[in-house]
Amino acid sequence: MWVYIARRLLWLPFLLFVISAITFALFRIVPGDPVTVMLGARYDEDVAERLRKSLDLDKPLVVQYSNYMWGVVRPELHTLHLREDSGTTIKVPFFRLDFGESFRFRGRPVGPLMRTKMWVSFQVNMAGMLVALSIGLPLGFWVAHRQGSWTDPAAVAIAVILASLPIMVTAPAIIWLGCLKLDLVPCSGWGGLFDSRMIVVAIAMGGPGVAGFVRLMRASTLDVMGQDFIRTARSKGLGEFAIDSRHVLKNAMIPIVTILAFSLSGMLTTSFVAERIFGIPGIGSFAIDSLFNRDYPVMMAMTIILSTVFVLSILAADVAYAYVDPRIRYDGGGRG
Amino acid sequence: MASARLTLDRRTEARSKGHLARAWSRLLRKKIALACMTAIAVLYISGVFSQVVAPYGYTDQNLSETRNPPSLKHPFGTDRGGRDMFTRILWGIQNTVIITVVSMATGGLVIGVSLGLISGYFGGRIDALINRVGEVFSAFPEVLLIIILAATLKPRLLVWVRWLEDNTFLDGLVRTGIQDYVAISLALVAFGWFGMARIVRGQVLVLRETQYVEAARALGASTPRILFHHLLPNSISIIMVVVSSGMGALVFAEIVLSFLGLGIQPPRPSLGRMLLEGGNIGTLQNEWWMLLFPGAVAWLIILAWTLLGDALVDVFNPRTR
Repeated sequence: MWVYIARRLLWLPFLLFVISAITFALFRIVPGDPVTVMLGARYDEDVAERLRKSLDLDKPLVVQYSNYMWGVVRPELHTLHLREDSGTTIKVPFFRLDFGESFRFRGRPVGPLMRTKMWVSFQVNMAGMLVALSIGLPLGFWVAHRQGSWTDPAAVAIAVILASLPIMVTAPAIIWLGCLKLDLVPCSGWGGLFDSRMIVVAIAMGGPGVAGFVRLMRASTLDVMGQDFIRTARSKGLGEFAIDSRHVLKNAMIPIVTILAFSLSGMLTTSFVAERIFGIPGIGSFAIDSLFNRDYPVMMAMTIILSTVFVLSILAADVAYAYVDPRIRYDGGGRG
Repeated sequence: MASARLTLDRRTEARSKGHLARAWSRLLRKKIALACMTAIAVLYISGVFSQVVAPYGYTDQNLSETRNPPSLKHPFGTDRGGRDMFTRILWGIQNTVIITVVSMATGGLVIGVSLGLISGYFGGRIDALINRVGEVFSAFPEVLLIIILAATLKPRLLVWVRWLEDNTFLDGLVRTGIQDYVAISLALVAFGWFGMARIVRGQVLVLRETQYVEAARALGASTPRILFHHLLPNSISIIMVVVSSGMGALVFAEIVLSFLGLGIQPPRPSLGRMLLEGGNIGTLQNEWWMLLFPGAVAWLIILAWTLLGDALVDVFNPRTR
């Protein structure tokens, strides 16, 4: 197990190296010059030249890339303030995580720019995930117990129909209902996690996920319920509640764990669209603006950070998978 | 004599009705599958032939009829420029159809299936290589992968297309927006190929240990023969399932791209762009048809592919039948 985790962690830097190199190269093959975008239509050639030099854009691609990556991964002592007011600080060695300066917002480093946006998007995604899980899993579990009655096929049909509705349709529909017709919440904007507008966002974000998790949880529960050990549990006289809570539920959750990490990627897609519709200042809107303004450092930082998060969460899911299901072993010969 | 001949005929007929033909007749007996296939056929055909089907041109403006609700003259209403929504939706479907079919054919069927066959059959180093490359692609969060590819490839392709216009007899290429189509298709290919490759590889790993493949090898069949005569036909059912459910994902990805402004550029209509305009709060208040109809069409395409995929799983999988 530890060997497996170590091997995966050792593979991670290589993976991120390739991803960052591809992204870097992609942005550099775009014809045209970010400097001309920055300076506008009329500019002085001297100024452009100096700017190009200061941004390293006059150097060969490999040098640019290695300079950039060195800034990101160089080890450095970070000063952490334990409490805002008191002077107690500790020094922690970590990567430097200097993602360079934004091209669009001159003189502002990308890191702090990204941090607020990422926090907003993190909240949005987690709220959506919470809605999807807290409605989808119990519903799927319940529906699986109603096999043979009309509720089961009806729930599955509704889940499929809802899952196919694109977020670009559901989000405006929810705004129309909740804001224009019923006048319950303000129509758009961002007020943090505990703002009333967040409810609308969370429902819209979680909607497609609910349908997905209902289907998954139903299939997984049915699979477990057909197993021999459930029959054994029943034959030894265990009550239905004990069987459900102790045997069925636990085993049915196992496949969900792996899906969770992968559904993060789908959730991110949803949040890119939802942020646009609801006017949320998260990384989705930031990414699109940066793409159109050729703000490559921002896009690079976003790709590196999000890929790292994504890959690590898949690894965490694999580890959790082995943890909750003792039948799964990663060590022992074969490749992982 | 006659009866012997009859039995012979019947036997050949029974043999000729293979796995796929039986699956097909089973599929036709499913009402949902039939409905899905009809919906897909109607939407795709009317989209492809939108030039013939559409009552107006997609840029035709009629400023005396702006923001008209649905009527006999304009079944899906008109937009703020007085353009017929029905026409624009048909053209939007056409763009979606072209892009998703092209990227499924190249990314899923050509690249995905052949790489899956190769990596499953040969194993070893080439298998590891293909898997590692696939891992890189799937480590990108999908939305970043497609928006970055679409945004960076487009200007580069535009330069190439301009060069083609200047140096060859081809003319008016830029106006057809070909660089948009190619850039978006490439982005979707990058997003879709590995899913197919991984599943075909898994199937081939099982199949290559079967006795008939062993027998073929013992009889001296060449590697391409084994790959294309034995392994590929036996993977068809799983490929069809992946295509059907993958098309839904591709359609959604295309709509997301054009919604975010990175897809087909105006004045060419696209479903994503129409959804962006229709989902605007001001539009929602007064012109509900601008969201309802493009939304319903997008939903119908994705739903039909998803349900068809589910039906195909049922049809091909003898256990759940």
